[in-house]
Amino acid sequence: MPRHEVVSPIPGVFYRKPDPDSPPFAEDGGTVSDDQAIGLVEVMKSFHQIPAGASGTLVEFLVGDEDEVDAGQPVAVIEID
Amino acid sequence: MKKLLVANRGEIAVRIIRAARDLGISTVAVASAADADALHTRLADTSVDIGPSPASKSYLVADAILAAAKDSGADAVHPGYGFLSERASFATAVADAGLTFVGPAGPVIERMGDKVAAREVARAAGVPTVPGTPGGVADADAAVEAARDTGYPVMLKAAAGGGGRGIRVVQDEAGLRRAFGQASTEAQKAFGDGTMYLERFVERARHVEVQVLGDGSDAVHLFERECSLQRRRQKVVEEAVSPGISAATRDAMTTAAVDLCREVGYTSAGTVEFLVDDTTGEFFFIEMNTRIQVEHPTTELVTGIDLVAEQLRIAAGEPLRFSQDRIERRGHAIEYRVNAEDPTKDFMPQPGPVGRITLPAGPWVRCDTWLEPDAAVPPYYDSLLAKVVVWGIDRDEALTRSRRALDEFTVAGIPTTVGLLRELVDEPWVGAADFHTGTLEQWLAERKET
Repeated sequence: MPRHEVVSPIPGVFYRKPDPDSPPFAEDGGTVSDDQAIGLVEVMKSFHQIPAGASGTLVEFLVGDEDEVDAGQPVAVIEID
Repeated sequence: MKKLLVANRGEIAVRIIRAARDLGISTVAVASAADADALHTRLADTSVDIGPSPASKSYLVADAILAAAKDSGADAVHPGYGFLSERASFATAVADAGLTFVGPAGPVIERMGDKVAAREVARAAGVPTVPGTPGGVADADAAVEAARDTGYPVMLKAAAGGGGRGIRVVQDEAGLRRAFGQASTEAQKAFGDGTMYLERFVERARHVEVQVLGDGSDAVHLFERECSLQRRRQKVVEEAVSPGISAATRDAMTTAAVDLCREVGYTSAGTVEFLVDDTTGEFFFIEMNTRIQVEHPTTELVTGIDLVAEQLRIAAGEPLRFSQDRIERRGHAIEYRVNAEDPTKDFMPQPGPVGRITLPAGPWVRCDTWLEPDAAVPPYYDSLLAKVVVWGIDRDEALTRSRRALDEFTVAGIPTTVGLLRELVDEPWVGAADFHTGTLEQWLAERKET
């Protein structure tokens, strides 16, 4: 199955939840759609949602919640349907 | 006060250290990992590492700051703006540790920081407030009832909100009923408090704020600043004094601000924010910021008074050094906030390494910054790179010097907002001061289309 790497276009801190009290945007092994957000990157006090970019199964997150990411860094892997 | 810990970073930490040095007070900087070699750590006499780069693990950790103060032998703490500056519990913790907090006492911060409580203080002082409910409204029915007095459009605001968050504008009764439940639930989630209140929505509003100084027994004002040029409720350009209010409004507004300070026995520098209805000329109290403001240099340039030094003197127990009649203003000052954002990409923040930089200087130009050649703009904090502040004998001269100053400003390596600011100076509506708080966003939207 083709794999798609979700890349953060910006550097910052990666979050898996929209806010601390909410469930994660996506679960490991969960199904995601193309335009669905799978995480949030905080850069300079502003928040940017990271869309899946492909529909399929989110097989793995490559970074943890609150990990720092660089621009262009892959943050998750999707197996495309 | 012999040794001051500056509990902040960036340009304001640099600014505070400079004021302390002018007064012969030694300084302790604090730094996260990302700021280990930042300008403020080298200008201070000593610097203390307070944790990892994210602000939530360093500059926002009160215990880390207090430990740094204790370890370094500091006897006072200046919070700057942002971070812990308006957290009442921090001010109280500093005092409980036997240190001087440079700012008002915790209970005053708490009272003025709660929008409902602050409006009650304003009413008690006879200061006009935006027509609205005196406190929270219990439910949608109560909101609808209250809106009969305020009229529509009306704003539904979270009592615990701030920075433009937790605000909705509704046009009619049906809209108010639709919005109430959801807004209250969101406020409960976001701020831990679902209390909502109502306020009249003013279509053409100017944001004008009065700078005050208080020593606990008396208070004075240092005139006002116009801060209507905003994007997403963040100020972009500020000026002292306002080019958009009459002398009569200025007198009434500055008097009201001083009355408010006397009502709470205000101590330190503060800012009383007003909304001015550009159509009617009415002004209304919005909120008070119990700290130094980003745009304070404009007031310093027109009055010749060092606001941070005055904060330090007052915190050290000195009475106000100026009676009202000795505070004069001369000329006009304008501040431009240069941010590490890309205006061509919807103001996306742009951290990263910078190369060569040229900062504006020369006659009547002040540039407050933390930026140095070959520095890196960290992704963890706000995007403010520098404040370019320009003085002129009148507004036209200040605008002319602004062109020169902004033309000089260059940073290699990252996009900034300086080109956009330079463009603004040439706009006829900026020259004519014909704007309100929505004007800049309208202009940006129109500019995008063409």
